[in-house]
Amino acid sequence: MIEIRGLQKSFGSHHVLKGIDASISQGEVVCIVGPSGSGKSTILRCINGLESYSGGSVDIDGRRVDNRHASIKAIRAEVAMVFQRFNLFPHRTVLENVIEGPVYVKGEDRAAAIVHAKELLASVGLADKAGAHPPELSGGQQQRVAIARALAMRPKAILFDEPTSALDPELVGDVLQVMRKLAGTGMTMVVVTHEMQFAREVADRVIFIDGGVIVEQGPAAELLNNPQSPRTQDFLRRVLHPL
Amino acid sequence: MSTFLHNVWEFLPILLQGAKLTVLVTLGSLVISTLLGLVWAAMRVSGIPLLAKISAGVINLLRGIPIIVLLFFIYFVMPDFGLSLTALQAGILGLGIAYSAYQSENFRAGIEAVDHGQVEAAQAMGMSWRLTMRRVVLPQAFRITLPSYGNIMIMMLKDSSQASTITVAELALQGKLIATSTFQNATVFSLVALLYLIMCVPLILLVRHFEKRGRK
Repeated sequence: MIEIRGLQKSFGSHHVLKGIDASISQGEVVCIVGPSGSGKSTILRCINGLESYSGGSVDIDGRRVDNRHASIKAIRAEVAMVFQRFNLFPHRTVLENVIEGPVYVKGEDRAAAIVHAKELLASVGLADKAGAHPPELSGGQQQRVAIARALAMRPKAILFDEPTSALDPELVGDVLQVMRKLAGTGMTMVVVTHEMQFAREVADRVIFIDGGVIVEQGPAAELLNNPQSPRTQDFLRRVLHPL
Repeated sequence: MSTFLHNVWEFLPILLQGAKLTVLVTLGSLVISTLLGLVWAAMRVSGIPLLAKISAGVINLLRGIPIIVLLFFIYFVMPDFGLSLTALQAGILGLGIAYSAYQSENFRAGIEAVDHGQVEAAQAMGMSWRLTMRRVVLPQAFRITLPSYGNIMIMMLKDSSQASTITVAELALQGKLIATSTFQNATVFSLVALLYLIMCVPLILLVRHFEKRGRK
């Protein structure tokens, strides 16, 4: 469903991605892990065209992702994104945030969009917050609204860019719980994360990236329990046993 | 004391006539400066290099010319090119054009103060540039710019007195005319100052209200 071929990206003279090949099929949950600055988030941002890439290609269901082309809007409407810092619209209520895309991008009927949005808010445990404004919510609640907002577009896939990195530790669990439930429904998910426990339990596949290349990838349990590359071993040791 | 009150009683109606024109000039130029300022700001943030350059050039030009010179140009020079305006029209147009530069910079600052994550979230759901501006960026920029918009209104109210230089009989000019014919300088100009202050107070309160709301 998502085909990445020889993906390269440079910021000025800084070569962030040096040829990434990955294929993500429908219903798959893929976690991308690796040290800070390794290019994990850049991959996600190339998938929905928030970044342009300097070489290689990204295709979604056979359509080329090119953010200079008008087709990018249709692709983005099908591939939702959840951000590290939530990026909810602070001037609109929770409910308005969730119906914004369906009503104004896809032109859905407002009343139907509201019904759907309320179901989604209930499914992330925030039915009672529909009328609140985002700044009144905790980080964990905001991120769950952001997930509901992503789902409201009825996307084919959702990209998660370090969804729990900006949260207080006690709020991480609620968000991961929602994501786990989502994975159970067969949603295609690409998750950049530092939550190894989540990756181990929920991901079908884990991709380890360092220095702009894929160092190692494989089934979650296999890669996390029995990493082959010394770089992966070193990274996992630091993350899992920081002391 | 009684002559003082007598003078006030005599001068006030004339000055209030002037104050009416002051309000008219301020409101008229406020509308023009806001609309033009929006155009410059939209060009500046459009991402189209030519439009952005033109807008930046116009803004620098306007910032570099004193308002009084701009007024002289519109009132005394434009008739040579076939555009004759009344003093009032020229005053409103001149102040409006001059202030459009400040309005534009204020709007642009407001737009740029909106967190870039907001734009990314809008684009990630497939919004076009126009929809992103209309639904996400401008409503937030609007709230950010309100207090400085109020301050610009206060400055415009006071700078409307410059229209007196092209014979618009607003408050400052009426005051000067009364003063030169009666020699009651202290009384007249105290009244003029007081009237400007009275007109500014509601605007000052408005700015304070915007600032309080903005902090919430």
